[in-house]
Amino acid sequence: MDGVSFHVDRGEVVGVVGESGSGKSVMALSLLRLVPEPGFIAGGRILLGAPRQRDVLRLSEDEVRELRGSDVAMIFQDPTNSLNPIMRVGYQVREAMAAHQRFTPWQAERRVIPMLEKVRILAARQRAISFPHQLSGGMRQRAMLAMSLSNEPSLLIADEPTSSLDVTVQAEVIELLRDLNRQTGTAIVLITHDLAVVASLCTRVIVMYAGRIVEQGPTRRVFKSPQHPYTWSLLRSIPRFDGAPSGPLLSISGTPPDLAHLPSGCKFHPRCRFRTDQCSADEPPLEHVTGAQEARCWVLMRNALPAEEGDPW
Amino acid sequence: MVKVARQATSQATSREATLLEVRDVSVHFPIGAGFFGGQVVRAVDGVSLEVRAGETMGLVGESGCGKSTLGRVIVQLLPATSGQVLFRGVDLVRLKGERLRMMRQDMQMIFQDPYGSLNPRMTAGEIIAEPLRNFGVTRARGLERRVTDAMRICGLNPAYVNRYPHEFSGGQRQRIGIARALVLNPTFIVADEPISALDVSIQAQIVNLLDELQDRFQLTYLFIAHDLSMVHHISDRVAVMYLGKIVEIADSNAIYRRPLHPYTKALLSSIPIPDPDLEALRRPILLKGDIPSPISPPRGCRFHTRCPIAQFPICAEREPPLVDAGGGHRAACHFPGKL
Repeated sequence: MDGVSFHVDRGEVVGVVGESGSGKSVMALSLLRLVPEPGFIAGGRILLGAPRQRDVLRLSEDEVRELRGSDVAMIFQDPTNSLNPIMRVGYQVREAMAAHQRFTPWQAERRVIPMLEKVRILAARQRAISFPHQLSGGMRQRAMLAMSLSNEPSLLIADEPTSSLDVTVQAEVIELLRDLNRQTGTAIVLITHDLAVVASLCTRVIVMYAGRIVEQGPTRRVFKSPQHPYTWSLLRSIPRFDGAPSGPLLSISGTPPDLAHLPSGCKFHPRCRFRTDQCSADEPPLEHVTGAQEARCWVLMRNALPAEEGDPW
Repeated sequence: MVKVARQATSQATSREATLLEVRDVSVHFPIGAGFFGGQVVRAVDGVSLEVRAGETMGLVGESGCGKSTLGRVIVQLLPATSGQVLFRGVDLVRLKGERLRMMRQDMQMIFQDPYGSLNPRMTAGEIIAEPLRNFGVTRARGLERRVTDAMRICGLNPAYVNRYPHEFSGGQRQRIGIARALVLNPTFIVADEPISALDVSIQAQIVNLLDELQDRFQLTYLFIAHDLSMVHHISDRVAVMYLGKIVEIADSNAIYRRPLHPYTKALLSSIPIPDPDLEALRRPILLKGDIPSPISPPRGCRFHTRCPIAQFPICAEREPPLVDAGGGHRAACHFPGKL
C-alpha cells in the first residue's frame, strides 16, 4: 500500500473495491494498527473523531487496544474463524462489552439478547446459549456483527463480510448493514471485490489497484461515468441479467501485478488498452475529475472514448 | 448474439440431439453407520435432466444443494445410488472397467480450485500430457505437439511447458486445467465452479475462453456455479437445484425474465446489480430460516418451510412434480408463477 488518503464522514457507507493484492485488506487492518509482521506502517496519519481528533498512529498500545472493538469495530470474511468455537455465542457478545468500559457488567448482561435480536437472530434466547458450530454461516456472521456493534462503535470496518455467504444469505446481511447504518448512524467501510455489493450499499466508492487508490468518488458517478480505465474495464467485465445486452464480456488482459515487482509509471499500464507513452514513464497523481470524483490516470476515459460510449452500458 | 443463434438451433433440433440424459438419479451418503443408526444424506434425490449437444446447461443452487455431487456423478467420479446416466444412449452407471474408461475420453471435468486440482510436483506439460498417456498416446513427438497445441489454444505460452503450477497465476492455472480437459478432444465438459476462485478481472478471461472453445470445438458444457449472473451469461438453459432436487429448468432468458418457482424468484431477487440506480429499486425477497438438513428433508415440497406462498396442507404433504408450463419451461411447484 502506498500513499493512500481518504476520509469517511460520520454515518457514511464507503466501499473499497479491489482484487486480491490490491491492498484493500491491508488498508483496513492499518486503520486499527493490525498490520501483520513483518509489515509496518511507514508513515502517514490516521485521524479519528471529531471534535477531539486523534491520530491512531500516535496512540499508545493501550489506547489502540481500547479503540479496537469499541469506537472502531471490525468484522471479517469468515465468521467461523473469528468466533471462539468453545464459548457460547451470548457469552462472546458479553465479553466484547466486558473488554471495554462502556457498560457495567450488569448492563452488558442485559444487552446481549437485544443485540442478538437487533441483528435479526431468531429465537435469540436459545441462540445465546448455542455454540458457534450450531449456527449457520449467515447466523454466525450476524453473531459477529452483534459482537462488533455491542459497544456502539462510530465506525464499522467490514472486510468482505458477505463473500463466503450464499446469495440469499448475502442479501439478508446487506439489508441488515443498511438498516443498522440508518438506525444507529454507524459509519461503514465495506471492503469487497464485488462491485454489485458496492452499488447496493455504498454512497461513495474507492477503487484500489496495486496498493493505490486509482479512482474514488460518489458511487453513482463512478459507476455511470468511470474515469480510470481499470474501473471502466471492471464494470464491463461483469455480466448482468437485468435486460442489459449480453455481448461478450470485456476481458482485461494480463494479471494483477506482483507487489514486489511493480511496473514503472502507472501500475495498470501493462494491462491498459488506452495507455500512452507517458503511462509507462511517470506515475499519474490522483487528480480531481468532476465534482467529488478523482482518478489516477493520464488519459481519463472521457478523453479515451467518444462521449456516448463513456457509459459502460 | 452468438448465444441467441445457438439457442435457436438447439431448439430446432432438440429431440434427436440429446447428448446426456440423467434419469431419476439419487446419491445418498451414509453417515455414522453404527451409532446414529445408518442415517443418509440425500445429496441428490431423484434428479432427471437432459443436456443437448452443443449447448451450455447451467446448474445453479446454494451450497449444499447437491449441484457438485450431480456433476461428479455425471462424469462417474462418484457412484449413483440409483438411476441412470445415459451418455449417447449408453448407461454409464452400469458401465465398468475398460468400457467406462474409454467413455471417459469423451467427458472431462474442470475443477473450481486451480490450486488444489493440479499436482504441484508435475510440470504444466506433464499435467496436460497425463490424460494422453492414460489413453495410450506415448510417442514423444505426437505427445509434445498435442500438449503445446492445447496450451496455445488455452492462451498459455508453450515456452512455459516445463514450469510448475506454483509459477503460474490463478488464471493461468485454470487455463492449465482447461488444457488438460481439452487435450483428449472431448465432446462434453463438466465445469464445476471454474471461475469462483479467480479475481474479478480474470473471470471474464476464462469465461470468454470457454465460450470460444465451445464454438471452435462444438463442445457441450454443464456449467455448475453459484454466481447467477455469470450462469445467465454463459448458459443456453439453466437448472435450479434446492436440497437435492431440480426445482426449475428452462431457457436461460425465460428463467431470468419469468421465474416460476418461488425459490428461483427469491434467488434472482437476491443478486445485487452493479448499477446504483437499479439497485435502489431492487427489493430482495428475503427467505425465512435456513436451508433444512438434507438428512431429513421436509416432507411434501422441500421448499415449503421457507416459501413465502406455501399453502397448507398441500405444500407440506404432496411433493410437486416437475411440470412443463409450456415451451420446455418446467417448474416443481403447486403454485408456479404466483409469487
